[in-house]
Amino acid sequence: MNAPFIDIILLAMLAVTAISIARMRNLFAAAMLTGIFSLLGACWMVFLDAPDVAFTEAAVGAGLSTVLILATLCVLPAQEKDTAESPLALVAVLLTGGVLLYGTLDMPSYGDPNSPAAQNPITEAYLYSAQHPPEHAGDSHADSSEHGASPLDRYAVGIPNTVTTVLASFRGYDTMGETAVIFTAGLGVVLILGGARHRRLQLTDEPNVSPDDEHDHVPDDDGQSS
Amino acid sequence: MKNQLILRVVAKLLIPYILLYAFYVQWHGDFGPGGGFQAGVIFAAGIVLYGLIFGLEAAEKAIQPQIVRSGIALGLLLYIGVGVVAMLLGGDFLDYDALGHHGQHRGILLVETGVFITVASVMISIFYSFAELVHD
Repeated sequence: MNAPFIDIILLAMLAVTAISIARMRNLFAAAMLTGIFSLLGACWMVFLDAPDVAFTEAAVGAGLSTVLILATLCVLPAQEKDTAESPLALVAVLLTGGVLLYGTLDMPSYGDPNSPAAQNPITEAYLYSAQHPPEHAGDSHADSSEHGASPLDRYAVGIPNTVTTVLASFRGYDTMGETAVIFTAGLGVVLILGGARHRRLQLTDEPNVSPDDEHDHVPDDDGQSS
Repeated sequence: MKNQLILRVVAKLLIPYILLYAFYVQWHGDFGPGGGFQAGVIFAAGIVLYGLIFGLEAAEKAIQPQIVRSGIALGLLLYIGVGVVAMLLGGDFLDYDALGHHGQHRGILLVETGVFITVASVMISIFYSFAELVHD
């Protein structure tokens, strides 16, 4: 807002990076550019006053997922296979992009005070309850009677970072579900890839060792779930 | 990468601060940007960096695969446990006000710790799984 040229520069760099990733044949360079894309996205989110999201994007997108992509590349050839570019793919991409752009026409502009999110009373309620200290702490203050007690005071939390309060307290169920999703994803990866080293050793042996292997793992699983 | 002197020295200097920063993000999430998810990822990034520079064996010695595998479930159980404890104390599920004075602060901190444990464990487990696959 105070410096629109920064937004323009960052968005232009994002676009350039995205196009180069699409045109890149060298997979290693493409993986590194994906990390750069995430870092640029994180920078842009800081300028949009969303430091929590920027934080996540920088740590996950630019940090860990790049490492995982690089790890995957170790078992792949370095160059992408040359495939003939089909005009149908271009049409599909342009169509999808066009529909997505058309979808954004409905969105309120950045920081619009009349947007549904800003107008909805739940936003006001969340901000009030997150920022105001709980009743028993506020009782000693004289100004609490001045302003008049709000019905929202019984939900007051008094934590400066509203994002944390909304995520962990007001929407605690959602965050629990998200943690369960991460749990499930981790479990899936560990079950599919985990212990690859042991399984490979087993494969070279006779197959009748495998019941032993299962037997070894069953108490392990019990220990995790209890 | 075991013979890269500069990488080894810089990583040795940086890794303690990366891990410390993860805990700062974790415990300071109430006041500044951050929280369990980000802290878990940063912690995992520190361990992954250690594994990349000093080898998978060294990383698995520092943080054992069995421990992170249990951590995957432990974090989620801690999260659900906070909700169950709130119920036992007379509130609703995940109603931190039941946890006594400053219940909201306690509840949020515990729940974020659960998120931290699960996220860090999942990320490190995924890295170990991939690295073991590539290693052989």
